[in-house]
Amino acid sequence: MSEESASREALAAVRSAIRPDGPEDEAAIAARARSRARRRRILVNLSRALTLLFVIGGWELFTDLKIVDPFFFGQPSAIWAQLRDWFEHGTAFGSIWLQIWVTLKEALLGFLYGVGGGIVLGILLGQNRFLADVLGPYIKVMNAIPRIVLGSIFVVWLGLGTTSKVALAAVLVFFVVFFNAFQGVREVDRNLLANARVLGASRLQVTRHVILPSALTWIIASLHVAFGFAVIGAIVGEFLGAQQGLGVVISSAQGTLNADGVFAAMLIIAVVALTAEFLIDRLERRLLAWRPPSPSEASSV
Amino acid sequence: MAVENPTRSALPLAGPTAARAGSQPGGIRLAGVTKRFLTPSGEAFTALRDVDLTVEPGQFCAVVGPTGCGKSTTLTLVSGLDRPNAGTVAVGDRRVDGISPGIGFVFQADALLPWKTVLANVALGPIFHGVPKRQARAAARDWLRRVGLAGFEDHHPHQLSGGMRKRVGLAAALINEPSVLLMDEPFGALDVQTKAIMSNELLALWEQTRPSVIFVTHDLEEAIALADRVVVMTVGPGTVKGVYDIDLPRPRGAVQEIRFEPRFLELHRQIWESLREEVERAYARTASIDGEETR
Repeated sequence: MSEESASREALAAVRSAIRPDGPEDEAAIAARARSRARRRRILVNLSRALTLLFVIGGWELFTDLKIVDPFFFGQPSAIWAQLRDWFEHGTAFGSIWLQIWVTLKEALLGFLYGVGGGIVLGILLGQNRFLADVLGPYIKVMNAIPRIVLGSIFVVWLGLGTTSKVALAAVLVFFVVFFNAFQGVREVDRNLLANARVLGASRLQVTRHVILPSALTWIIASLHVAFGFAVIGAIVGEFLGAQQGLGVVISSAQGTLNADGVFAAMLIIAVVALTAEFLIDRLERRLLAWRPPSPSEASSV
Repeated sequence: MAVENPTRSALPLAGPTAARAGSQPGGIRLAGVTKRFLTPSGEAFTALRDVDLTVEPGQFCAVVGPTGCGKSTTLTLVSGLDRPNAGTVAVGDRRVDGISPGIGFVFQADALLPWKTVLANVALGPIFHGVPKRQARAAARDWLRRVGLAGFEDHHPHQLSGGMRKRVGLAAALINEPSVLLMDEPFGALDVQTKAIMSNELLALWEQTRPSVIFVTHDLEEAIALADRVVVMTVGPGTVKGVYDIDLPRPRGAVQEIRFEPRFLELHRQIWESLREEVERAYARTASIDGEETR
């Protein structure tokens, strides 16, 4: 320890020789870094607010002055009025909350089934070379099909209810998660596998203690994209034929050439998606808490 | 060459009661072992040829040889992670066929699960063997104390230094009380001082339970300081070139000091004589062609 303090003294001496205005202690440096970070944060937030104001304000102004036709492009104030109308008096298909709930339920169920299927099949195929070789080409072909088209078939098969939307959302989610889980299993450190086996782990124990946690990094990364796909699946499914849901609200607004209605529904979907994103982020942080902080996180005090 | 006749170790004391595989004394015997690999280009590559090697129960055996002489391959064969193309590998009285029970393996790179705490990592061995979680954790706590890491139970591996991670690795390998401990250049990635400290601790831990050890290294000084027997291997295809019994007294004491003793220097000179040829040959080979070597 004395050696360390001696070297620190030497360092301080060198520093004060370089900077004649006196030695600087660590607290001062930290305080300066903090205040610089705070100033930057304020600047960023201010700029963000200004950008938003500029875009919305410009939109409102241009449509107000009839430079841009509000009939086709909508108008922020009219979108706001539409939203208030929906929340106060409901839509043509019942309360707006019901529409949100229907779409959300379809998206969530599709998400759960898709994620579950993707993880199970991804891990199975990732570990079984033979199965992967046999099924690989077919999965690639199915992935190449524009799967939105499947929505039409699902509506024919499963009717106008929730099930067809859940199926479409699940199919969209499945492939994203599957490929990530598969790759995650393939990337597991050979050393860790060998070590677990030597320690006496059974196949199931290897999967549970080594492969699954290791692939989890990959799987969770895919969940962000996957939830977006689940919402797309639900809404496109509703577009193709349904009695309730935000997709129906949008398509009916489209049918009456109500641009404000389309934008208003879009806004609601965006809020839902952002909330989900936030929750997935929380889940990610929780499940991957063991990870060392990345260098960029560590340096930004 | 220089194959001792295997001292047939006693049978496991009482069959069913000795449930822990680790309680069985484990000599190691390789007879006429040959191992070939397929290179990515589809050619066969002989890593080991006709290897005969005996490690008596409780003996500390170091294997030295140039890079790519199949040292690591030997360990994977003994552990049962891989199988020989010819010859037999036996641990104790069992012919190795699949993962052998009662084996501890310390890898060159860290093999700790980064998402588990230090305690959970060490407890894995017993948990894999069906020991209840509570008991396994208690055992792990005890082993962490033995390797001097009490107080670090709840840390994750990335929060520890390289030397500390190696200690965790040692505890994780020893907790099953293996009768055979395989070490693949375990301290290769450590700095010189940490390496010396770890060597001393390894010897102290080994004295407690006395498993048979195969310690692979390319550091001859380390090999002589630690081992009862040093095996020199030829450059690939690897065969046993010479076996040297190290008659330095035990306990060895500090590894840093023993290397100045006259007997140590004499052994070193003698073994180096044999090893140097192989190192030079290996070097010439890598210099002329980009040799396809397995480590």
